[in-house]
Amino acid sequence: MTDPTTYLSHLELGEPDKTFLDSNELIINMGPQHPATHGVLRVILKLDGEKVLGTECVIGYLHRGVEKIAENRTYTMFNPYVDRMDYVAAVSNGLGYCEAVEKLLNIEAPPRAKYIRVILTELNRVASHQLWLGTHALDIGAMTPLFYTFRDREEILKIFEKYCGARLTTHAFRIGGCQYETYEGFERDVIKFLDFVPPRIDEYEELLTTNRIWVERTRNVGKISADDCKALGVTGPVLRASGVKWDIRKALPYAAYPEFDFEIPIGANGDTYDRYMVRMQEMRQSLRIVRQAVERIPEGPIMAKVPKVMKPPVGEIYHSIEAPKGELGYFIVSDGSTQPYRVRVRPPSFVNLQALDIMVRGQLVADVIAVIGTLDIVLGEVDR
Amino acid sequence: MQPVATTFFFYFLSGLTLLSGVLVITRKNPVHSALALILGLLAQAGLYLMLYAPFVAGVQIILYAGGIMVLFLFVIMLVNIERSQKEEQFNKQWLIGMLSAGALGALFVLVYTKGSGLFPASMAVPVESNNTQQVGVMLYGQYMFAFEIASLLLLVAIIGAVVMAKRRI
Amino acid sequence: MLDYITSYLGMNTTPGQAGNVLWALIYILIVFAGVSVAVMAMNWLERKALAHFQIRLGPMRVGPHGLLQPIADAVKLLTKEDIIPDEADRLVFWIAPLIILCASFTVYIVIPFGPTHAVTDLNIGILFMLGVSSLSVLGVVMAGWASNSHYPLIGSLRSSAQMISYEVAMGMAVVSAILMTSLNKSGTGTLSMIGIVEAQQQQQIWFLFKFFPLGFIAFAVFAIAMVAETNRAPFDLPEAESELTAGFHTEYSGLRWSLFMLGEYAAMIAVSSIAVTLWLGGWLRPFPNTLTGPAWDLVFSLFPGFTFLGLALIAFIGVIRMPKHPYFRIQTMGLAGFAAVLGLIGLILFIPPVRDRIQDIFWFTAKVGVFMYLYIWYRATFPRYRFDQLMKVGWKVLLPIAIGVLILTAILGVVL
Repeated sequence: MTDPTTYLSHLELGEPDKTFLDSNELIINMGPQHPATHGVLRVILKLDGEKVLGTECVIGYLHRGVEKIAENRTYTMFNPYVDRMDYVAAVSNGLGYCEAVEKLLNIEAPPRAKYIRVILTELNRVASHQLWLGTHALDIGAMTPLFYTFRDREEILKIFEKYCGARLTTHAFRIGGCQYETYEGFERDVIKFLDFVPPRIDEYEELLTTNRIWVERTRNVGKISADDCKALGVTGPVLRASGVKWDIRKALPYAAYPEFDFEIPIGANGDTYDRYMVRMQEMRQSLRIVRQAVERIPEGPIMAKVPKVMKPPVGEIYHSIEAPKGELGYFIVSDGSTQPYRVRVRPPSFVNLQALDIMVRGQLVADVIAVIGTLDIVLGEVDR
Repeated sequence: MQPVATTFFFYFLSGLTLLSGVLVITRKNPVHSALALILGLLAQAGLYLMLYAPFVAGVQIILYAGGIMVLFLFVIMLVNIERSQKEEQFNKQWLIGMLSAGALGALFVLVYTKGSGLFPASMAVPVESNNTQQVGVMLYGQYMFAFEIASLLLLVAIIGAVVMAKRRI
Repeated sequence: MLDYITSYLGMNTTPGQAGNVLWALIYILIVFAGVSVAVMAMNWLERKALAHFQIRLGPMRVGPHGLLQPIADAVKLLTKEDIIPDEADRLVFWIAPLIILCASFTVYIVIPFGPTHAVTDLNIGILFMLGVSSLSVLGVVMAGWASNSHYPLIGSLRSSAQMISYEVAMGMAVVSAILMTSLNKSGTGTLSMIGIVEAQQQQQIWFLFKFFPLGFIAFAVFAIAMVAETNRAPFDLPEAESELTAGFHTEYSGLRWSLFMLGEYAAMIAVSSIAVTLWLGGWLRPFPNTLTGPAWDLVFSLFPGFTFLGLALIAFIGVIRMPKHPYFRIQTMGLAGFAAVLGLIGLILFIPPVRDRIQDIFWFTAKVGVFMYLYIWYRATFPRYRFDQLMKVGWKVLLPIAIGVLILTAILGVVL
């Protein structure tokens, strides 16, 4: 068993003020089994009393070798595996992969399919943010928003179940479009959801946004500057809360996003409170997109002309989308055969987790859990 | 308030105090000694009640047992005590100690038998319901200066502790 | 012997003051049994109310609407294995929950449920209550230390630091209420619990409204400090499961752990009783001075009976709404029996002699019940304070406010 102080030595841990009452520096392990680490994440903390001097994350407990599996599956066969990475927002994973392969094959999904993709992806964004809100609030101590968000999330999961048969790992899209036509009453269900949910989001805000205890727990906690974000490659709501207006849906649009009118919420300070506000606003913007999409869904085919046996030309492609957690990218190298040569997934949570170290330096131990919650990591994605 | 079973309670409480005093000095584990001291203090509070001084009893419980002893326990628990448990319980100078204790005991007995003029003939029974008022009047009237000096001393102690332990946390 | 027993019934003081040992013992037993039942009821209420706040139902299976759930919990805890950590100090490990339990239960001997309905009326009543409830800090420190593992030790140190910090603010708020008792004609105040309520009756105003808003601010300071004193949300960081340390009672299992919970609930009821006695007029019915007269007295004395009849009605509606499936037959019968018992109690409470004696107890218990509900409401709504913010609130916010209120009350008391 290696001495933890040696493999933590690459972090330049600050020296505490030395007085004759100096307490020992503690190395504490927040183990893989812990109620608050959102999965199997192990965090080793070096503490000086109550203050955190440095952290090291040990990951890999959920590594399933997804990228290696991809090398032995055909492109269509690999599609269901993609959902299992970020299992909370499975639809976005599928969208990214299908669009990447479509770019490789040089085909484009028909407009109706693009609209259906946008609707389901944005609904999934709302669901993912709701789950994030419930668990984050629970970590900070507010028990009730968890139940409210999970109940409202049920409506979205019901829509998914009626559409493709599964609630969590949906496998909703296919390469070239969508397989299933929207079911009878899809638009009606979605519009009912759009009317039902905004008062609920207001309810969550009422419980938390102006609550003095919430504000004290989240303001100035886990601050990260825009430069640090850009240096680490952090994307998603974390980047936007630090003040950088970067959203792939606006910067490098994909699917049907250019046709919709929506805003990118950004924050000013880069602390936990701003990340909370950014995600709440994003939920509302997603609902706005879904409303526009569902009103203007075009008729037409839902699947493009895709060869039965997919042999993309030799080459490589990197395609990224804005998943609820950040920039989700797929780098696919094809060698001309039916199976990809390499699929490399750029998971947003993996890259965002690096920011944990900078965010908790100098904060107290109780804030570590709040910061892990606010990064919105899903271990399935971090470990793949 | 009507007193109930005075003799029983007197012997019980004083026996408890003596027992806890013995336990304090004979226990190896310092935490057990502190607990025995708490027991002694609570028994003493009962004795104060029997002397018709309820305010003093209440303050004994709040300050001594509930404040100072908690502090003692904090210090005992935070300091490394394993070493002290292995130390010898009674040190090498027990002969001198026994002689001094015997001399002190003889002095006490002498005072009690020969100096009976020192002790009052009958017990003064102050009005019980006024105990708090009387203590307050005396503390803020006659002994005001001593009171202020004592509070100043405590203030100095608090400031000293804060300065010594203060870190940029 | 018999006339010793009946001689007390004509008395109009508490048994402690009358020196009557037998009746004092009977009162103690009644209070002890009452508190135990109240703690179990509080356990049930907490789970049900918390569940309803979170849009779910809570325990429904064990009895009708989960009414027998506390009994099931008690049986489960009693039959669990009693684990003691290896290097733990056995004596201290065993004593710690007992100290908390005894400290929490001893304060009940001065709680006034009525002008003569207390076990005794110490003339340092409030001082006694504050002092004995501060002894529970000892139990917390010992529990953490005896577990011989550094997570409970850190948790117990934090918990005890929190408790002693908020005791200071509590004490200051209490002193400002005591100051108000001295504003009567005889010019002397009193520390006895019954005396405080009688002072409110004499001055014809609940201390909550006296020198408005000073009484109210003192009450608010006490209400916040008492939540922190009993380690309840939003000040429950030392007990929170999602923090690094799971609290001083981590290593305790089974019956010992249930003693901690018993002590915690009993302490909650005890400090709520202090708040009710000092500021909300104890056993006095609402509007004792604006709505006087035998007619209004009669109206208010019917409240206990109507409350129980109302509860019986709610239980009866629950019976009607039960599913008609044969599996539910026993539960339906149980709930119907419960409704019948409540209705019977309600009807008994209409009989005049019972009405007069019970009235004070009812109003006191109703006010304490409001506080219990508030405790559960706080737990459902608020996130947790971080430890340094918690200490900041106690020392830098509550204490200055309490001292300020004290000074202003004293000035107004002398001037007016």
